[in-house]
Amino acid sequence: MAVTEAPKIITGRLGYPDSHTLERSLATGGYDGLRRALTMTPEAVAHEVDTASLLGRGGAGFPAGRKWAMLRKNPVTYLVVNGDESEPATFKDHLLIERDPHQLIEGVLIAAFALQVTQVFIFVRGEFALGLERVQAALNDAYAYGAVGADIFGSGFSVDIVVHPGAGAYICGEETALLESLEGKRGFPRIKPPFFPAAIGLYGEPTVVNNVETMSNLPWIVLNGGAAFAALGEGRSTGTRLFALAGHVNHPGVFELEMVKTTFHDLIHAPVLGGGIPHGRALKAFIPGGVSAPWFGPDQVDLPLGQDEVGAAGSMLGSGSVVVMDDHTCPVRASWRITKFFARESCGQCTPCREGSGWLERIMARIETGYGREQDLDLLLDACDNIAPGLSWPPQQTTICVLGPSIPSSIVSAIEMFRDEFLVHIKDEGCPYE
Amino acid sequence: MSAEAGTPIGSPRRDRGSDALAIRHLSTDTLDQARQVISLYPEPRSAFIPLCHLAQQQDGWLTPEAMRDIAGLVGVTPAEVLGTASFYDMLHTEPVGRHVVAVCTNIACLLNGAAELLEHAEASLGVNAGGTTGDGSVTLEEAECLADCDQAPCVQVNHRFVGAQTPASFDQLISELRTGARSEDIPHHGTLVRVRRSTGLQADPSLVAAERAAMAEAQARRTEAAEAAKTAPDGARGSS
Repeated sequence: MAVTEAPKIITGRLGYPDSHTLERSLATGGYDGLRRALTMTPEAVAHEVDTASLLGRGGAGFPAGRKWAMLRKNPVTYLVVNGDESEPATFKDHLLIERDPHQLIEGVLIAAFALQVTQVFIFVRGEFALGLERVQAALNDAYAYGAVGADIFGSGFSVDIVVHPGAGAYICGEETALLESLEGKRGFPRIKPPFFPAAIGLYGEPTVVNNVETMSNLPWIVLNGGAAFAALGEGRSTGTRLFALAGHVNHPGVFELEMVKTTFHDLIHAPVLGGGIPHGRALKAFIPGGVSAPWFGPDQVDLPLGQDEVGAAGSMLGSGSVVVMDDHTCPVRASWRITKFFARESCGQCTPCREGSGWLERIMARIETGYGREQDLDLLLDACDNIAPGLSWPPQQTTICVLGPSIPSSIVSAIEMFRDEFLVHIKDEGCPYE
Repeated sequence: MSAEAGTPIGSPRRDRGSDALAIRHLSTDTLDQARQVISLYPEPRSAFIPLCHLAQQQDGWLTPEAMRDIAGLVGVTPAEVLGTASFYDMLHTEPVGRHVVAVCTNIACLLNGAAELLEHAEASLGVNAGGTTGDGSVTLEEAECLADCDQAPCVQVNHRFVGAQTPASFDQLISELRTGARSEDIPHHGTLVRVRRSTGLQADPSLVAAERAAMAEAQARRTEAAEAAKTAPDGARGSS
């Protein structure tokens, strides 16, 4: 079965051309979840989210309920929403921010109520000019409607939301780098443990950082109950999730699918989803969860879209973005481009990442352009091993944040799966695909 | 601005704080917006990035004069402003064209011909990626993933998506930019958010503070009650 009959939890409104307006939102049940939440106690709202076992949708997949539980013992000062979507080939939050900002705001308000936070910052990636305008306009409307600000819907609960634009840095998607950036500094990730944002966050105060998609799920969870959400999916992967499909597919796009019930094969080939690979070509490899994830080959295409299932197979579902490469793709070029991305976006704090990414990128470039040497493959793996010792999955870490250990993923995958093609590049002194 | 009389030259805090630096470059309108933005944050420095965007909206790029004013507004040195701004790709500390055209060449776009599109763009504009055309109308950039991967190869002009481009449509786009045919939907570089925040808490800040203290107190009471319920025998648990 390619697609189950699961309800559209967060994409239900996107079919309307005016899905971003308050009118459309209200006509389709907008802010009902917030009204319901305000009749409950904050603990009861948090309990529903815990019951839903909603896994964070940012990439790490940490349960949102547990993240909140870490904080409920102490009053939380700030809620920060991470809308700095920059993982290559991930474009789901972009969709939610631009097309349904009221759903995001409603989710944020529910979370703020559950955590009893009175100050929220929504950090939106700077490159989303339209998204920033849409969220700000939606926020203006929501204030006027009485859903945000002082004494929301007469409940006595007050909260202020500030939309904060980013300025173009992949690393600011990392939660502690995001907080640094929000404090007006360079986006350098902070050292953790021992102190996670839950203990020492924005301005040193306890802070919750949640992803845009995670927030957007909350209105439905409050209205329908955490149990209804947990009934969807399988095992630890509950509910539905947005999967961003890109690369060599006939219908690239974002699809909301019930977790675990659909396989990668169905996502790529089902007529209502990816629609297959163009020109009738064969699948060569695919990336299951953003470019930080190790690649999969055609033999793993029948894996289900579930966090634990993909994890057990040696990769991650990460940000839920799937990149498809057909059999005409040069794996050297693809992994070189990904490495170049990391070299450009490394913040420069930790030596293994800052130096390693640059060296790896230059070695990859010389192989791709025909100046490679046979010993380069071992050199690449050795340099990768210095960043993530053992090259295991999940990776070991020598750096402050996980950007470093993400660098080897594509290189090690490409060499393991396509060593002969690297050797052809070296022997023939150039890319055979050009 | 020269150091005030009596301030020792070389004093490390000579240029710090809003009193030390008079605002000389930012226009009244920009300054009004900047002050409004600063008031939204618990610490002025948090307004750093939004202020840089406002300065770029005024000048098209982040000028040294604007950085000096921003330093005064958020209470850091001009060097700290430059040092922080240089971290971010969207903050241009050197002049750029009226239109910054960004071509993404990351993985999803690469698989859909982005490298070829960028090559065409370089040839057609006569500049390498990172360069600005002689007439100052276009700066070409090779971008990292812009999160619009189903519209590959993805192109942005002044951070506004213009959809997947072919070499032919790219040339058409450039000529439209140059003639001003797209000025409605694509404002000049630096203008990021045209929608201004029209409203605030609409409540006295002291009222909010009092409310917040009351909420913290209520929460503490609930936590206590929950703890008490846990230790109480079964069946005594309340509904909340």
